[in-house]
Amino acid sequence: MTSLSATIQNVFNEPNCAKNANKSEAARKKGCTKQLQPGGAAGGCAFDGAKIALQPFTDVAHLVHGPIACEGNSWDNRGSASSGSDLWRRSFTTDMHEIDVVFGGEKRLYKAIKEIIAKYDPPAIFVYQTCVPAMIGDDINAVCKIASAKFGKPVIPVNSPGFVGSKNLGSKLAGEALLEYVIGTQEPDCTTPYDINLIGEFNLSGELWQIKPLLDEIGIRILSCISGDGKYREVACSHRARAAMMVCSKAMINVASKMRERYGIPFFEGSFYGIQDASDALRKIARMLIERGASPQLMERTEAAVAREEAKAWAAIARFKPRFAGKKVLLITGGVKSWSVVAALQEAGLEIVGTSVKKSTSEDKERIQKLMGHDAHMIEDLTPREMYKMLKEAKADIMLSGGKSQFVALKAATPWLDINQERCHAYMGYVGIVNLMEEIDKALYNPIWDQLRRPAPWDDAEINWQAKALAQVDVSAAGGEPTLLGAERAPPAKRTRSSKTVELSLIEDRIPAHGSSVFGAMALDTHTSAAGKQASENNLPAQPMSALQAAE
Amino acid sequence: MAIVTCSDKACTINPLKMSQPIGGAFAFLGLRGAMPLLHGSQGCTSFGLTLFVRHFKEAVPMQTTAMSEVSTVLGGYENVEQAVLNIYKRVKPEIIGINSTGVTETKGDDVEAFIRLIRQNHPHLEKFPLVYVSTPDFKEAFQDGWEKTVARLVEVLVDPVDPAAPRDCSRVNVLPGCHLTPGDLGELRTILEDFGLRPSILPDISGSLDGHIPDEFTPTTIGGIGVDEIATMGQAVWTIAIGAQMRRAAEAMQAKTGTPFRLFERLCGLVPSDEFMTFLSEISGKPVPAKYRRQRGQLADAMLDAHFHIGGRKLAIGAEPDLLFDISSMLHEMGAEVTAAVTTTASPVLERVKAQEVVIGDLEDLEELAKARDCNLLICHSHGRQAAARLDIPFYRAGFPMFDRLGAAHQISVSYRGTRELIFDLANLIIADREDNHQPIPATCRSPAPVCVSFRRS
Repeated sequence: MTSLSATIQNVFNEPNCAKNANKSEAARKKGCTKQLQPGGAAGGCAFDGAKIALQPFTDVAHLVHGPIACEGNSWDNRGSASSGSDLWRRSFTTDMHEIDVVFGGEKRLYKAIKEIIAKYDPPAIFVYQTCVPAMIGDDINAVCKIASAKFGKPVIPVNSPGFVGSKNLGSKLAGEALLEYVIGTQEPDCTTPYDINLIGEFNLSGELWQIKPLLDEIGIRILSCISGDGKYREVACSHRARAAMMVCSKAMINVASKMRERYGIPFFEGSFYGIQDASDALRKIARMLIERGASPQLMERTEAAVAREEAKAWAAIARFKPRFAGKKVLLITGGVKSWSVVAALQEAGLEIVGTSVKKSTSEDKERIQKLMGHDAHMIEDLTPREMYKMLKEAKADIMLSGGKSQFVALKAATPWLDINQERCHAYMGYVGIVNLMEEIDKALYNPIWDQLRRPAPWDDAEINWQAKALAQVDVSAAGGEPTLLGAERAPPAKRTRSSKTVELSLIEDRIPAHGSSVFGAMALDTHTSAAGKQASENNLPAQPMSALQAAE
Repeated sequence: MAIVTCSDKACTINPLKMSQPIGGAFAFLGLRGAMPLLHGSQGCTSFGLTLFVRHFKEAVPMQTTAMSEVSTVLGGYENVEQAVLNIYKRVKPEIIGINSTGVTETKGDDVEAFIRLIRQNHPHLEKFPLVYVSTPDFKEAFQDGWEKTVARLVEVLVDPVDPAAPRDCSRVNVLPGCHLTPGDLGELRTILEDFGLRPSILPDISGSLDGHIPDEFTPTTIGGIGVDEIATMGQAVWTIAIGAQMRRAAEAMQAKTGTPFRLFERLCGLVPSDEFMTFLSEISGKPVPAKYRRQRGQLADAMLDAHFHIGGRKLAIGAEPDLLFDISSMLHEMGAEVTAAVTTTASPVLERVKAQEVVIGDLEDLEELAKARDCNLLICHSHGRQAAARLDIPFYRAGFPMFDRLGAAHQISVSYRGTRELIFDLANLIIADREDNHQPIPATCRSPAPVCVSFRRS
């Protein structure tokens, strides 16, 4: 465990992480993980984070060393896409039994590696450590080393047992495994001055492919994408890239900054979400490559492609503007991608009434402030109850969030769109942003909302289920019951500087934490439903295809 | 008579199995006002939670004691205490159900002792229902977690009764296995009520997870059987247990209250449904209602119409023991041949599966067997879809999890109506597959392999 705790310390010493840089040395040692609340927490664990970060490598076998829970309960739950191998979709686990817990699981692990190589012969195997083998002292580093030597194949230990911390930490630990065992171990067949790395892009729903053709056209080669649609050999050769882009996420910043230290690969943090951001990112990549020896003509090609794609995207978005006029969006992303999505939504003329900044850095927050002006509603954290209230008071017409909070909106009969990792639509680049607008349009104008907001015929319009549920919310709010989990122990959450701040902790995580407290969210009082009805009646002229109108 | 074999691989590939603790938590989800609590690290809960949410498309309450590396080594009393206090204070549950996990079992936390200490230190919790079940991840499977938890609920929450006291003749207990859906439980309730019986279903996931919009706000489960009702289950005249996994709970009920039980190992198919109806008629003293006589006729007709399509099919099935036994027996009775059968954990019913062999293994085993034995129908939970795609054979989703289709909670397979629906779904799947993939062309007629599989009886 010493090596693991050393790695963790090392990860927390990340000078390029704005959050860490602002802390004292003592505070840094404690790391990013906040104290988890027993009975009041439900995010993923470090193993989860490590698996998320590395699973999109498509041609390697991902072997989970642990009892069935870790892999049996979680496999096949992410929508990354592969252009080639499908080995990553198969699930491999040692499924430790009681006997392995008593006598140690190292032999079983070694045999499992052997079996995988015999059956699938992948270019490499990633071995994930979980809590139980970590506790009983299974030394996966040693097993991997021996197996590597014996089978002449890279077997990479990923030391990230769940109980060392959060999902985010796990992603960083996965990055450390790449840095220590993979990156720089092979040489590419050829290199060009146009080679880049993308770091922290997972190709969810095949999003990477909305950008890749454009890069191909301009003449930029993705030497390695870590880890979306990635191949083992590519990441092993990735140290020969001329520049890198860290895509929207700080989870793997250690990879970007250590590659800069070790191999002199400059990087920038960028996003392909939203027209402006995609253009900026492409220009930055071109500029960095030119600075490092690419032909200046690259910029001309980039500008030409950007101009053409922007014009096409704007034209496609223009048709949504009249339909989106006056529509308000509540954006709950966990904060990592907030600013990039904010820019995208504003391009279509939507008004953003709130955006979460839970995981955002101060830099992110400044960017949001800049984009949204002084009345930026930055939400540190929001309980489902508060989230519901915002929707109920018609402060938002649609909520965009991750899947876990969907029931707050849906059961409140409010349009909702998944923009988190489980989504099934790709929203990246110039094509993706138009997709996003189409999805928002479909959600906003679906004829179901008016029907669902009507009380049942036998219900008194004043006391339908929505009103009843709402009354309960009000009672419990008035009763002074803390809506904040862990209020008695957790230090008071920091307020952001913005004018109208909604307070408090974990949002995504709060949903399961409160369990079905989201059902409080279900209510819509009659006032709101009347308002909602009115609003949608106003919208009718703009929706010729509306089933309602057709019926009339 | 099937031979039960165990896969001897060191590496499980594409697991069929899910862990025991979340099976336990699933049982707690069928109680009203409940908060299931897994004693382990965050991920243990978060993975299970995600699985339930993807399957039911509902918000699901579930909590964790959030064990860290340090607390795992030192022991988790503080974490359990804090979790119970936090949950009690914040969500005001009617019951907290605790399941252990691999990490806390490896350490050896004595949670029963923790609970006694918590009650001692916090007198207001003295009478509060806290039910603990030991369910290590590294033993057994999902179904076992459910089995142990329901049995424990009976042992802890049911009040003992004086054997001489008069029983309520219209009351029956229903102990359903975890292979029954909320839709199945709804169907059973209707049937029992049609016989004039008043069922207490433990656990009742049809109250909490049947995908409805409730009119009350609760931060815990939104329905299910209440602790108060469980306490009085001893007054019932009969206990009906469904699935072999429920024997343990039914015996616990009998031991504690003297209520006799009848175990129905399966409820899918004509003969088991007949037995069920006969039994209900006997205990209620009422004839089988006309509605069910008619449904029986409809099932018989469905069987006639579907046997052309299902007869002779070579079935590959991967499921937990009771579901495997249930569906494969029905399909065997429809003329299908159970050619490859894989399950997750040991059970007395496995030997009675109408197949040569039942393997306790993973989906790779199922895929290989299905391929080697030329199966042409695959039944499994959603994780089986990759295998079915590679084998290029029709795939029917049954069991948990079913995350890539809607309406999992409302699928039914019990009694005449459920069997009829299942038979139609399967036959239609087979017809569609034939139309899409097996239209005769000159080449297939010349090929040595027959296009239509002949009918064989095993």
